[in-house]
Amino acid sequence: MSKYLLNKFLYTVDRDPELVERYRQDPAGMVDWWEREVASTVLNCTVAEKSTWLAFTEDERRALREHDHVALFGMGAHPFLTLTLFIAMFERDHGPLEYQRAYAKAMEHIRLPYPDIAT
Amino acid sequence: MATVAAVIASTHHPFYYRASTSAGADRPPFADEWVAKIEAFRQTLTRAEPDVLVMVGSDHFHQLWLDNMPQFLVGKAPFFDANWYNEEREFGLPKMRLAGEEELAGYLLREGLDAGFDLAFSNELRIDHSVTCPIITLRPQADLPVVPVYTNIFAPPMPRPERFVQLGRAIRQMVEAWPSDKRVAIIGTGHLSLELGGPRQFGPHGPDPEFDRQAVAWIANGDVDGCLGEVTLDSLHAPGNATHGFMDFMLMMGAAGDGIKADYTDTLDLFHTMEAYFTWYPQGALS
Repeated sequence: MSKYLLNKFLYTVDRDPELVERYRQDPAGMVDWWEREVASTVLNCTVAEKSTWLAFTEDERRALREHDHVALFGMGAHPFLTLTLFIAMFERDHGPLEYQRAYAKAMEHIRLPYPDIAT
Repeated sequence: MATVAAVIASTHHPFYYRASTSAGADRPPFADEWVAKIEAFRQTLTRAEPDVLVMVGSDHFHQLWLDNMPQFLVGKAPFFDANWYNEEREFGLPKMRLAGEEELAGYLLREGLDAGFDLAFSNELRIDHSVTCPIITLRPQADLPVVPVYTNIFAPPMPRPERFVQLGRAIRQMVEAWPSDKRVAIIGTGHLSLELGGPRQFGPHGPDPEFDRQAVAWIANGDVDGCLGEVTLDSLHAPGNATHGFMDFMLMMGAAGDGIKADYTDTLDLFHTMEAYFTWYPQGALS
């Protein structure tokens, strides 16, 4: 489990309008590119000072490639990051609050305690 | 010594700006009542005639990130740019710039460190809606210098609720001891029960109305002991997965003082959340 890396993906994509669009349009290609080119960048360091140990599990790659917010929640990805990014990608296709409510509806089987989000 | 002109605690609802500025078919049915309540709340700050605002809030994974996460951070800079691309995108919030009060920021850092709070600091801080929402609601002219104080209510492990109360008490004492003739308002924003990104989000009201009712009573009555007796890091999961933001209200209860009833209390039951607004006047109620 690499909750930190899932969160890093959601965080770096959500703050960049170009990446938001790429993730909406080509999630599989985008996730592969991100893991190859961005995952190991330390965010406040020069590009050369990369980390050497970060990688997704196959389940995590699948959840990201399939825009599966329910699976991401189950893995302990930070729910605020997932929600914010997914609203950015999909709210536009729905009426007011319709997407947010459908997002919740898809999770209605989930009971407390929720998955641990500590990293 | 400086005067604490007001202590103010509030929810920070990022949709207020859009709701209050929209017109015609875009204006939601609850907007007029919400605006009326906010304008009444704003008067409680205006009447206090502040010169400086200490603004307690929490970065929502904008500048502060998991590779280097402070628990409590004071912004010390001549200016703070404010609001982020994703807040403009989702909430329609405008870009803003606030002046900083570096002398008070430096004082809080020095005195806070000496009092046992290992405060982080930032000399280049872009602040987010946890600070700009109360500027928009309480001081929309954005003409006063600020000292942002960020807390971690977002990324576990977090400090316990007791620590938030202790920091609130310390901020109050430090502001009162600041060698200045300025009038300082201490303003902090948080949440009552709140769910974001989980199955209970965006319901017809906050996810736990009973928690909200109890929380408003704790705050309005200054019932710090009652609140600390029931609220823990674990207990805050039950009312909603983002309810740890309530710890910023607990910080403000510490700043207001144990057992001190609020001079002004108002609430608004909205879809998704209960909004709540509190003001204390440490120098006595203003006419």
